[in-house]
Formats: sequence, C-alpha cells, structure tokens
Amino acid sequence: MSGFGEREGPWTRLRDGLRAYRLITVMWIRSTMTYRASFAMSLFANLVVTSFDFVAILLMFSQVDSLGGYTLPEIALLYGAAGTSFGLVDLALGSVDRLGRRVRDGTLDTLLVRPAPVLAQVAADRFALRRLGRIVQGALILGYALVTLDIEWTPLKVLIMPLMVLSGAGIFAAVFVGGAAFQFLAKDAAEVQSAFTYGGVTMLQYPPAVFALDLVRGVTFVLPLAFVNWLPALYVLGRPYPVDLPPWVPFTAPLVAIAACAAAGLVWRAGLRAYRSTGS
Amino acid sequence: MYVHTGRLYATVAAGGFRRYATYRTATAAGVFTNTVFGFILAYTYIALWDERPGLGGYDQADALTFVWISQGLLAVASVLGGGFEDELMDRIRTGDIAVDLYRPADLQLWWLAGDLGRAAFQLLGRGVVPMAVGALCFTLTLPADPFTWLAFLLAVLLGTVVSFAIRFVVALSAFWLMDGAGVAQIAFLAGVFFSGMLLPLAVFPGTLGEIARALPWSAMIQVPADVFLGKSTGTDLLGAYAFQAGWALALLLTGRLLQGAATRRVVVQGG
Repeated sequence: MSGFGEREGPWTRLRDGLRAYRLITVMWIRSTMTYRASFAMSLFANLVVTSFDFVAILLMFSQVDSLGGYTLPEIALLYGAAGTSFGLVDLALGSVDRLGRRVRDGTLDTLLVRPAPVLAQVAADRFALRRLGRIVQGALILGYALVTLDIEWTPLKVLIMPLMVLSGAGIFAAVFVGGAAFQFLAKDAAEVQSAFTYGGVTMLQYPPAVFALDLVRGVTFVLPLAFVNWLPALYVLGRPYPVDLPPWVPFTAPLVAIAACAAAGLVWRAGLRAYRSTGS
Repeated sequence: MYVHTGRLYATVAAGGFRRYATYRTATAAGVFTNTVFGFILAYTYIALWDERPGLGGYDQADALTFVWISQGLLAVASVLGGGFEDELMDRIRTGDIAVDLYRPADLQLWWLAGDLGRAAFQLLGRGVVPMAVGALCFTLTLPADPFTWLAFLLAVLLGTVVSFAIRFVVALSAFWLMDGAGVAQIAFLAGVFFSGMLLPLAVFPGTLGEIARALPWSAMIQVPADVFLGKSTGTDLLGAYAFQAGWALALLLTGRLLQGAATRRVVVQGG
C-alpha cells in the first residue's frame, strides 16, 4: 500500500485532515494552558507587538493629517481588514513556517509516516493560541474604523465586508502554504516566506496610492494581495483604485481566494513529492 | 599572557563570523526580506515626507537613507533578538553554564567576542546588498567624505556593543527566573519600538521623542544613521559616541555585576 488514503475521495481526506488538525491543536492548547500566567503574558505581548505597526501609523498622523491622500480612519479600515484576515490565518496556519527547520533536521520524516495529511500536521504543529492577540488587535482597529468613518451603507457594501475578511484569509492562507512548499526546496529560507506574509500584510496596511504603480499592478494581477483588502475596502470607501478596473472586480475576491488556494495546494503537493529526506 | 587572551577572543570572534557565514541560503533569504521591507517602508516614508517636507530635520533623501540603513542594521544590532542570548539562556537552564564558568576565559568577553564576529558578518552579508539596492532605486544621501563612512562604522560598532550588553543582561536574568523568555520578550518589544526601526526617533512627538532618544536602544540604529547622514559632526559626533559608549559601559558593568552574583548562585545551587 503506497500512501495512506490514496483510494479515498478528496472529501474523506479533507475530513481526516481536519480531524488530525483538531486533535493536534487541542493537545497544544492543553499544554499551553498548563502555565496560564505565562500564556496570559505571551498573549498580551502578542497584542502589543502586533499593535506597533499601528502605533507607527499613529505617530505619523501626529505629524500629518493625511497620508497619500487618506485620513487616519480610512487607513484604519485597510489596516483592520488586512490585520484581521492575516490574524485568522496566522493563528490557523502560522506554524507552517517551521517546515524548513523540519526538513533540515529530518523530523519531517516522522510526520510522513503518520496516517494523517502532512499539511494538517505541519499547520497544527506548536499551535500558538497567543496569536489570538493579532486577531483581537485587527478587529479592534476595524471596529474603530467602522465607528469613525462616515460611510453611506448600501446592501452591497454591507455584503462585501464579511466577504473581504474571509477572502483575505483565503488569499493569505494560499501565501502561507505556497511559502511553506517553497521551503521543501530552500530549507533554511524561512525569511523569504516572511517577506510575503509579514511584508504583504504591512504593505496592505497602507493605501495603494502610496506605492509605485508597477508594484500595485504586481499585487493585483500576479500575486493577488490587492484582493485581501485594497479592492473591497476602496469599494466601501467609494475611492478609485489606481489601476483601472471594472466596478464588479472587488466582488470576485472569493473566487480569487479559491483559485489562490487551489494553486497553493498544487504547489504544496509538488513540493511534498519532490521532498527527499536529508537522511539524518 | 595578555597577548594570549587577546588571541583567544580574536579566535572566538572569527568563529562567530564563520558560523554565520555558513548559513548562505538563510543570509540570502534575510537580504531578500530586508529589501522587500525596505521598499514598503520607503514608499510610506515618501508619502509622509511629501506631506511634511523636512520632518524631523530630514529631507526626503535623508528619510529614505534612514530606511535602508535601518534595514541594513537590523541584523547587525540583532534588534529582533534570536542571537546568542537564546543559546546562553538555554545553557543556564540546563546547567551547562557550569562548564563555561570553569573555562579559563571570561564569560562576558567570550560571548561579546562571538557576537562581534556575528555582527561583522551580518554587516557584510545583510547590510551591503539592501543598501546598494536602495541606492539604485531611490535618491539617497550618501556621504562623499571617507571620514564619515569610518565614523559610521565606529558608531555601528558601539551600537552593537550596547545591543550585546542589553542581551547579556537579559540572558543572565535566566539565573533567577529560570525561564528568561518573558524578559527577552520585553527587551525585544523595547528594541523594536525605541531603536528607530519603526520610525526615525526624530519623528516621535514631544516628550516621547526625548525619552526615546535618551534610551540605550537609540544607540543601535538612530545614532549610527545620524552619523551616516552627517547630522552629527564635530562636537556633536563626540557627543554621539559618548552617548553610545556611556550606555555600553553602564550596561556592560551591570552585566558584570549580575555575572558575579550569578556565579555565586551557581555554586549555591550546585550547577
């Protein structure tokens, strides 16, 4: 028998994966909760450190009234939306950036022989509940933006808000998994992954008007980060996007997210197949 | 005897350099990340300085130079942590530290030498390329005077010693707390906020700015960047060095006192 579950359908595999993921995360949460005070402190530290980006923006706004033509509440909407999406994925999948280390020290082999999907095992590995801090922080700033901004709500604008956060999470999930797959090849290049994950979320915190047009085109048409928050949020704010696009494009964010996840899944499988143990 | 110990620490420093030089893919990956972040920050700084030209006494070229210097120095000054201090804390927790204390070398000088070797590699490995990319893609303020480059290198060296001294104190806290992770986390937060990597400290408003500039973390990025930009010349330059050296001495001394107290503690604990 080569490979577990080869004959089973994709739904069975998905169910197995989710089950394995749940069991491993519950184990890590239990172990974290053994030292509750330590957990509370690390949750707090996570909340503080993820707030630094926003503190930097606040410091900028202590000197100016607008940045790239955008006011503080408008930037808070971009920041909160990207931060919440990113936080959800960082909590669920953030551990995949340890894959390179596992390839290097050979412990990935242990995961390969277990009867559960490797991706589920890698994602749940050392599940860090303290990363809730980032979701809380992102959601608070999103809440601040929604309270402060004077938006003329339409049903479509209301609809696109949850679509934005969920699609954003889907696109970030694809970036995380694609980056992890790259580590099958590059082994100790975890920082390349950080450039796209942390770099991506940092870029999306600022309005697209700030960046060079070619960069904006790149993250719209090549690596579709613009669909995480820029396109939907600018639709809500009623602001033009720097690259000329039809008005319905922001609503394709869920499709973009699904396509990105499918692509990342293929890259992951290719990476896993190409993997040769280091033999250590 | 004195020559011998000098040679010993030089060997340790060379070891620190070589050790990091072996991580080639990791270094390339780090250069890539620093460059990506450099671009993102550079565009936000352009937006900020478009709005307020001359903010904090920097023109736009100065501000952009600041971005690339800070990306180049992040790894050198180990602002984000993850250097020798993790290893030292591990040795304290496991008791391996007892072996280190038996060695005919000073604990603090040993780790300082290794860390300076690491910093020298990071300056070459992770400092030069982002700076060169930044200079190619943006208009930067590059000093024409070779003396300014030398003055900058000295400021980087002093900043690295301050960084080492802080992390040494943080690591020694493990003698008392067993798990130094909490203290390391706080030092890391302070480093990110007060070194100037988030935003030049000159942009911090009012009293917050004054406090930030007076704390030791400003010796790591803010002070070397100002030396590079020619903001500190003549007496100001000596003042900048005195500031860095003062913090370096005070923190090294603190580390030394803690080291003495900790050594006695090891004996009491029996390792």
